[in-house]
Amino acid sequence: MGNLRFEVRVDGLCKAFPGRTGPIPVIDSLSFSVRHGTWTTFLGPSGCGKTTLLRLLAGLIEPDAGSVRVIDASMHLPNMAAYFPQHDTLLPWRTALGNAVLASEIEGRPLAHARSEARELLEHFGLAGFESHYPSQLSGGMRQRLALIRTFLAHRDVLLLDEPLGALDPLTRTILQDWLLEIWGELHKTIVLVTHDVEEALVLSDRILVLSPRPATVERDVVVRLPRPRDRASGSFAERKGSILDLLLGAP
Amino acid sequence: MTRRWIAWIAPLILLAVLLGLWEVLTRSLGVPSYILPAPSGIATAFATHFVALLHHAAITLTEIVLGLVLGGLAGFGLAVAVFYSPILERALYPLIIASQMIPVFAIAPLLIVWMGYGVWPKATVAALIAFFPIVVNVSDGLRAPNEDSAELFRSLGASRGQVFRKLRLPASLPALFSGLKVATTLAVVGATIGEWVGAREGLGYLMLQSNALLRVDLVFAAIVMLALLGLLLFGTLRIIERRALRWQAVD
Repeated sequence: MGNLRFEVRVDGLCKAFPGRTGPIPVIDSLSFSVRHGTWTTFLGPSGCGKTTLLRLLAGLIEPDAGSVRVIDASMHLPNMAAYFPQHDTLLPWRTALGNAVLASEIEGRPLAHARSEARELLEHFGLAGFESHYPSQLSGGMRQRLALIRTFLAHRDVLLLDEPLGALDPLTRTILQDWLLEIWGELHKTIVLVTHDVEEALVLSDRILVLSPRPATVERDVVVRLPRPRDRASGSFAERKGSILDLLLGAP
Repeated sequence: MTRRWIAWIAPLILLAVLLGLWEVLTRSLGVPSYILPAPSGIATAFATHFVALLHHAAITLTEIVLGLVLGGLAGFGLAVAVFYSPILERALYPLIIASQMIPVFAIAPLLIVWMGYGVWPKATVAALIAFFPIVVNVSDGLRAPNEDSAELFRSLGASRGQVFRKLRLPASLPALFSGLKVATTLAVVGATIGEWVGAREGLGYLMLQSNALLRVDLVFAAIVMLALLGLLLFGTLRIIERRALRWQAVD
């Protein structure tokens, strides 16, 4: 599954939500494609429709117009994607291990295997010894790592991540960005990330699609050719960050 | 002394002071025991009639537990049904609320006519008032998980049954226990009322009989027994709750 070659093609995606004075367009004829194994980030101001876009890709809501196709794969995107919602969705009554095996449990995979696999991943990614802790006993960074591990354990090729590091302090955030990169390197997933943090987008992505304020359209398509791991303090990094910020802030 | 100790001892001291006052006042004012017996008199009655009190307590306890189980199941079932069917919610909610406006005293004699003098009419009265806090609490509890959690489940391809079993049901447990705690105190009242209306045994029956015979000390002994029953039920519920909601206790 991990070595599947495919491309996600999104064409003319439109979505509007009912408002008081008529429908409010949130996404307006959005088109892009995502190649397998790459990291694509949608960057945009708050409330520009980033979450709506991910929910469309995850198949949780239907578009008003347009299509989402997966070229050269016999599956629909929702069946090969794992969605990571913006808000904390760890189940407080389950231990770390119990949360990690949720996807396997829902899909009816053998639980013993799912458990040993989850234990391995938890240990490998810094949660050793916390398997039987409840989410309320974990730090913010650990909770986020656990939620991400749960997403990886869904065994889907595409990960749709909605601001996974949004609620963390800057230091933890930086640490987890590097951690995410490490995992991505090991697990060969295709990642679609949504964030409003320019630095995060630049550290992580192969490609950044800068979105306009609502209704969201692609304002600019930035291919990041800097080698990883990227030096946040380097001149070329700062230069790119500056130009994207200008774009977001609407500078001439 | 630790805080735990104080929490235990403070109510006991207050109780001792109040009982002492009661004892002194009834004695010094010469209040006849058929009006208000002294605590010592109640204690004597409690001790001499202990076996009879236990027998009646067992009957009442059975009625309360049956009422709680019936009311709990009905309340939980209704909450789930109403949660999944908006039409049912529209249809049922006014009726459920109206049912709480009817005093149980009005229904209890009818239940005796329909079901006889046994345990069941009392259990039914207890269930009728116990189910309400459970419906209300469980309804809230089923709505407790945020929309993101439900979407996560859907994105993983979970069926409605799985969303219920693995998300909504466990999320509603704290609310269920809150409802059960209120329901327990109500069920004690319900069973006693049921016994007042028509019974041959039970603590409520014992109270009524003793009252008619001017054995006020026995009335009080039965009340003490009823209070102990309530505490026992509440304590048991707390233990079950702590076990079921272990994840809530840790922090």
